[in-house]
Amino acid sequence: MSEIRNYTMNFGPQHPAAHGVLRIIMEMDGEVIERCDPHIGLLHRGTEKLAETKPFNQSIGYMDRLDYVSMMCNEHAYVLAIEKLLGVTPPIRARYIRVMFDEITRILNHCLWLGAHALDIGAMSVFLYCFREREDLMDCYEAVSGARMHATYYRPGGVYRDLPEHMPRYEATERHTRRQNESRNRDRDGSLLDFIESFTERFPACVDEYETLLSDNRIWKQRTVDIGVVSPERARALGFTGPMLRGSGIAWDIRKKQPYEVYDELDFDIPIGTNGDCYDRYLCRIEEMRQSNRLIRQCVSWLKAHPGPVMVEDNKLIPPSREHMKGDMESLIHHFKLFTEGYCVPEGETYTCIEHPKGEFGIYLVSDGANKPYRVKIRAPGFAHLAALHEMSRGHMLADLVAIIGTQDIVFGEIDR
Amino acid sequence: MHEFYLALTGWLPQYFQTTLWICLKIVAILAPLMLCITYLLFAERKVIGYMQTRVGPNRVGPKGWLQPIADALKLIFKEIIIPARSNRYLFLMAPVLALAPALAAWAVIPFTDTLVLSNIDASLLYVLALTSMGVYGIIIAGWASNSKYAFLGAMRSAAQIVAYEIAMGFALVGVLMVAGSLNLREIVINQSGGFWQWYWLPLLPLCVVYFVSGVAETNRAPFDVAEGESEIVAGFHVEYSGMAFAVFFLAEYANMILIAALTVLMFLGGWLPPVEVEPFTLLPGLFWFGAKTTVVTFLFLWLRATFPRYRYDQIMRLGWKVLIPVTLVWIGVIGIGRFYTPVGHVFS
Repeated sequence: MSEIRNYTMNFGPQHPAAHGVLRIIMEMDGEVIERCDPHIGLLHRGTEKLAETKPFNQSIGYMDRLDYVSMMCNEHAYVLAIEKLLGVTPPIRARYIRVMFDEITRILNHCLWLGAHALDIGAMSVFLYCFREREDLMDCYEAVSGARMHATYYRPGGVYRDLPEHMPRYEATERHTRRQNESRNRDRDGSLLDFIESFTERFPACVDEYETLLSDNRIWKQRTVDIGVVSPERARALGFTGPMLRGSGIAWDIRKKQPYEVYDELDFDIPIGTNGDCYDRYLCRIEEMRQSNRLIRQCVSWLKAHPGPVMVEDNKLIPPSREHMKGDMESLIHHFKLFTEGYCVPEGETYTCIEHPKGEFGIYLVSDGANKPYRVKIRAPGFAHLAALHEMSRGHMLADLVAIIGTQDIVFGEIDR
Repeated sequence: MHEFYLALTGWLPQYFQTTLWICLKIVAILAPLMLCITYLLFAERKVIGYMQTRVGPNRVGPKGWLQPIADALKLIFKEIIIPARSNRYLFLMAPVLALAPALAAWAVIPFTDTLVLSNIDASLLYVLALTSMGVYGIIIAGWASNSKYAFLGAMRSAAQIVAYEIAMGFALVGVLMVAGSLNLREIVINQSGGFWQWYWLPLLPLCVVYFVSGVAETNRAPFDVAEGESEIVAGFHVEYSGMAFAVFFLAEYANMILIAALTVLMFLGGWLPPVEVEPFTLLPGLFWFGAKTTVVTFLFLWLRATFPRYRYDQIMRLGWKVLIPVTLVWIGVIGIGRFYTPVGHVFS
């Protein structure tokens, strides 16, 4: 009898479960994975080097495009790093707005993760239910920044502008009857904050809906329990952060351990898992959605009660309004300087990290006192997670590999940068 | 009608006359069946669409009703790409092998008391034999494509079939024991007497097992591992395009309707009305048969929208450790119950 050999299989980069452009070379023994070797770099855009060739404030938009499902959180880390070097503290209202949008972003990210993860494992409907909620949150992005994805809303010194008083409404089209239109505009009569508040009221029921389809589903449990187990020690050694680390039972959350913005004034819990398998990580993220919802509610009630400035009033940093610019020489000069050479950041270096939906997202920023950063290094959580793919999937089957890729919540924008 | 036909074709030789008559009957069954398949496709997209808070296709024709026709036209005009290193002959054989049994099985399906192409005595066996043939199309497709993904799909399919075919066979043994006949028409007639007389009640576990195995046999979610969209992309038909792909598609949907029809015949009283009183009995048997088949087919769509996919070793575990023991136990219960207990009439 001839010898039975393992065979090599290529997975991706054009694979429905590859979450972008992941390519894996697998050595398989039948359906069992003996070795898997992720190949990255297919979405490399040189973000770090690009940021080093541009004035500080012009790179915020690149940060959106790193992890393109949690845009504002990426901006947040970058903006915080610049603020730290500048020694600027944004007004309190801006910090609440940032926290609120960070948590909205967390829900956005986890909704996409849940939908994609469920779709990978074969449950189609959850994907569309999640996208229904994402749609509302995308509208919030659009209302504050004009863009549905790449917002560039956070700026060093605050946020681009205050929350709008009116939520944009759907206009009548020939495709929608008046009744449909009324129901689409149901919660859009008041301000953006009213819209977000009504969202937070209905969102827990939506999470219950997802859980009905998955949490106690026997097939879902068979596909996720004891798949991709990571012990707490290994999770720490592999550099896991965020839900991947918490799923293994380590209560580490930068929002609690090194509170930034106003997280220390808000009330929330961080869920942790016990077994470190895909199911625990799933439960962690579901609970995080509920906690984010709680945080958003607290921010909304604070923001409703405390109007105020959302940007520092320093024209060396922030462009003056168009109105001033047209009539005032000083403002025109400020505007011209800011839009041609930007501002110089004092010499120094900083590593600033935030609790990104996927884990610890950090920016290491070195300034030599010029108007451009000397070095920008981005610490993307997904990179460390993907590096553990082999360890997590060895001995599992091909179908489990898909579940493990899903549970890692990989987005190639941030891994390849 | 037969007399009219005989008068019309009286000048033909006898054997030719008979052959032509049978061919006409086959067309009369297959043409509506093909129509049902195309509109089942449309129904699936619509039903799952509404389950997923979407509206489904609604652009081609009034309310989207021409969508399946447009899909079919598109596929007909596509090129059939044959991979260079594939086995040409088997590659093109496979879709035919998948579709043919799914259509041939309809020869013995009694649509009503009298409407059946061929009322043979062992029709249940015939159906069982043909429905098991379909999987060879899948295995050959996976092998002939000479692609690792397709081959994995074929292996999964081969592994899976052993697990559920046995359970399916045992479920039918139960029906056979209760009905005392292998003829589908007699099996239905034995169920007459209304909703509570149908076999779903005494054979409830077997009915469930049969339906679950049926879902597995048609490779539908949650047992669509041979296709495994998110793991092995499209599994056995990953290399197929154009009409060759469409034939696999047709086979899958023909099988779905077939399994639904068989479930209706064996467990849900076939063409019999649920209550044998005036307004219900007035409706033709074909209506009841169609209505019940539609309901069971709807279950297929519902399952697809709801459940995640099994891993293929888990299907085998389900087959060997759950479905087969359940059927074995229930066959024992039927046997003992019928001959050694005072409630034996329940099982006959």
